[in-house]
Amino acid sequence: MFKILKAEFIAPSIKRFEIEAPKIAAKRKAGQFVIVRINETGERIPLTIADSDTIKGTITIIVQGIGKTTKELNNLSTGEFILDLVGPLGKPSHIENFGTAVSIGGGVGTAIAYPTAVALKQAGNHTISIIGGRSKEFVILENEMNEVCDEVFPTTDDGSYGFHGFVTQKLQSLIDSGRKIDFVLAIGPIPMMKAVAETTRPYGIKTVVSLNPVMVDGTGMCGGCRATVDNKTVFVCVDGPEFDAHLVDFETLTRRNIAYREMESESFEIHNCNLDKAIGEL
Amino acid sequence: MSDLSKKERMKIPRQIMPEQDALERSSNFKEVNLGYTEELAKMEALRCLQCPKPVCVEGCPVGVKIDEFIKLVSEGDFLGASAKIKEDNMLPAVCGRVCPQEEQCEAKCVVGKKGESIAIGRLERFVADFERNNVGLRTIEIKNKSGKKVAVVGSGPAGLSCAGDLVQMGHEVTVFEALHELGGVLIYGIPEFRLPKEIVKAEIDSLKNLGVDFKTNSVIGFTDTIDELLKDGFDAVFIAVGAGLPNFMNLPGENLNGVYSSNEFLTRVNLMKAYKFPEYDTPVFNVEGKNVAVFGGGNTAMDAVRTSKRLGAKNAFIIYRRSEAEMPARKEEVHHAKQEGIEFLMLSNPNKFIGDENGWLNGVEITRMELGEPDASGRRRPVAIPNSEYVIDIDMAVIAIGNGSNPIIQQTTPDLGYNKWGNIVVDEETMATSKPGVFAGGDIVTGGATVILAMGAGRKAAKSIDEYLKTI
Repeated sequence: MFKILKAEFIAPSIKRFEIEAPKIAAKRKAGQFVIVRINETGERIPLTIADSDTIKGTITIIVQGIGKTTKELNNLSTGEFILDLVGPLGKPSHIENFGTAVSIGGGVGTAIAYPTAVALKQAGNHTISIIGGRSKEFVILENEMNEVCDEVFPTTDDGSYGFHGFVTQKLQSLIDSGRKIDFVLAIGPIPMMKAVAETTRPYGIKTVVSLNPVMVDGTGMCGGCRATVDNKTVFVCVDGPEFDAHLVDFETLTRRNIAYREMESESFEIHNCNLDKAIGEL
Repeated sequence: MSDLSKKERMKIPRQIMPEQDALERSSNFKEVNLGYTEELAKMEALRCLQCPKPVCVEGCPVGVKIDEFIKLVSEGDFLGASAKIKEDNMLPAVCGRVCPQEEQCEAKCVVGKKGESIAIGRLERFVADFERNNVGLRTIEIKNKSGKKVAVVGSGPAGLSCAGDLVQMGHEVTVFEALHELGGVLIYGIPEFRLPKEIVKAEIDSLKNLGVDFKTNSVIGFTDTIDELLKDGFDAVFIAVGAGLPNFMNLPGENLNGVYSSNEFLTRVNLMKAYKFPEYDTPVFNVEGKNVAVFGGGNTAMDAVRTSKRLGAKNAFIIYRRSEAEMPARKEEVHHAKQEGIEFLMLSNPNKFIGDENGWLNGVEITRMELGEPDASGRRRPVAIPNSEYVIDIDMAVIAIGNGSNPIIQQTTPDLGYNKWGNIVVDEETMATSKPGVFAGGDIVTGGATVILAMGAGRKAAKSIDEYLKTI
């Protein structure tokens, strides 16, 4: 059992958790993830570690309630417990002093981009971050990014805050302004990551994305998370989760990620029915 | 009865073990075999000739005193028989169910030379079940604590048997398991209908009673490295992480939706209980009324195809490129699968998977094969028949062609010796690796093998770890 020491919403349906897990906190490196199983009937889902506090012995995960499990997670509060938590898993981000490094986060993806931005800064990069959201309230971790990055550009699709447009448009404008960009990390919804890959491809800028496929064990045992990179099959959990964006087959990734969508919504409806029933009985 | 002559004993037919009706069981996950009754067990035990030189024991990878325990069964001393087995085998209820006895002890049985061999596996299973059901699990008091600590990495058959022996030798044992549940392949791989999980849990509980400490959610390599375990006070480490990296066939369309590795399919159903979806959250593709093809001819392939039938598949196929004679699966499993209506497409080799416009699997192209000259494995090599390609409509495919070695230990402990396939290299006598104090056994050393071979490796390692601990 793993205790939630702090849980708070930082954006609509996006919750930040500090969870007691001293071992994982001490070991985790940027880019690594944990597998979470909330309760006895729960599924195992991967969540990237956003931050850790080795003194308090906690890790931070930031969760957007989308499917049944993430919504259930977001119903948990400070003082409650998560049944199983295992990690840190996956290969850490490859960090070096590239020169100028841009970390791009789309929505909750900013939570995953954040630890790598920290590591890039520590490695001596001039660090820029572009953090996007549908509208102002979906732009997360701006203060945290400001603390570690040399430049931070919030963007919103609706123009309610920061740059009006997509993260790729901001990136393009940076490239167009003649700045030399040596490295790009992009994490967010698949269409966003694909768009970033296409933005940097003509310029040959090294670009890395972190993939978030369906996983079960997270240790290479099941092969469910396989993706196609450079026309070869990779297991994201042990070969990744970060890969060269210009080599990732995003179509296959998109398709495999929605394989259980119908079943998930069925499961979620039943979950909601039960919730309604439970509330009705109160 | 026990003063029967040899001739009279030989006249008793091999006792049939009751099993669930094939039609009924093909739609439930309850255990297929129901086990002997006391009468059947005693009758079967009477068939044993009590050879002065029991060759059956030579056929057992852990050297269970088969003749002695069977004698006790024939006398009705079932608890005595259980104690006798446990001198050599910590997991008899598991082994009685999943060991390939027909290739091991029963293959050596003298009675089997002329007629049918003694049903040693069924007797072992009966004895273990009798003890569990009648007196619960007994504990043994361990004297002479050594004060030495051993870390066992992995709670599958190799890890459990090693832990069981080490704790009885007086060492303090901690078993680390990556998943949230203990048992390794016994839990995630072998289905409920062949090995009820309750039995695995009971065998693990008996190890807990002996004082073995278990830690789940511990991926050694990440959570702690092997070096950290040694630094943190463990005097020796036994690595038994299993093979754990499913092989694919590298065919076009293998990443279509609807294609699983056997590990994923079985893990979803067994460990995550997807057959109880949506009561349990983990889904598995709905195969009700659909066609499922499982590629491979081993026990895992049989487990997968029989599982798919239980999930409601209309047609469930085994597709194998050699003939039935070359299939590595146990005969009993093949027999059970056929009874349950599984179709066997032999000498059939897949070329590619075919998908619909949304990327969902809907077919597989097969080439017909014929058997040619024997290959390196001694089995006749399958050769393609020209222009014999045809397509089978399938909605789900399961690839069950074995496992490669999991890379996590290698990535995090590069100074162990590995072969070109990533298996850990050990001294075959001592199971010692190139690193002092570190031993390894089971599938991570041999590649995919059987539960009992892994257990044998675990026991061998326990013996040499015990010797090693005396030297430090």
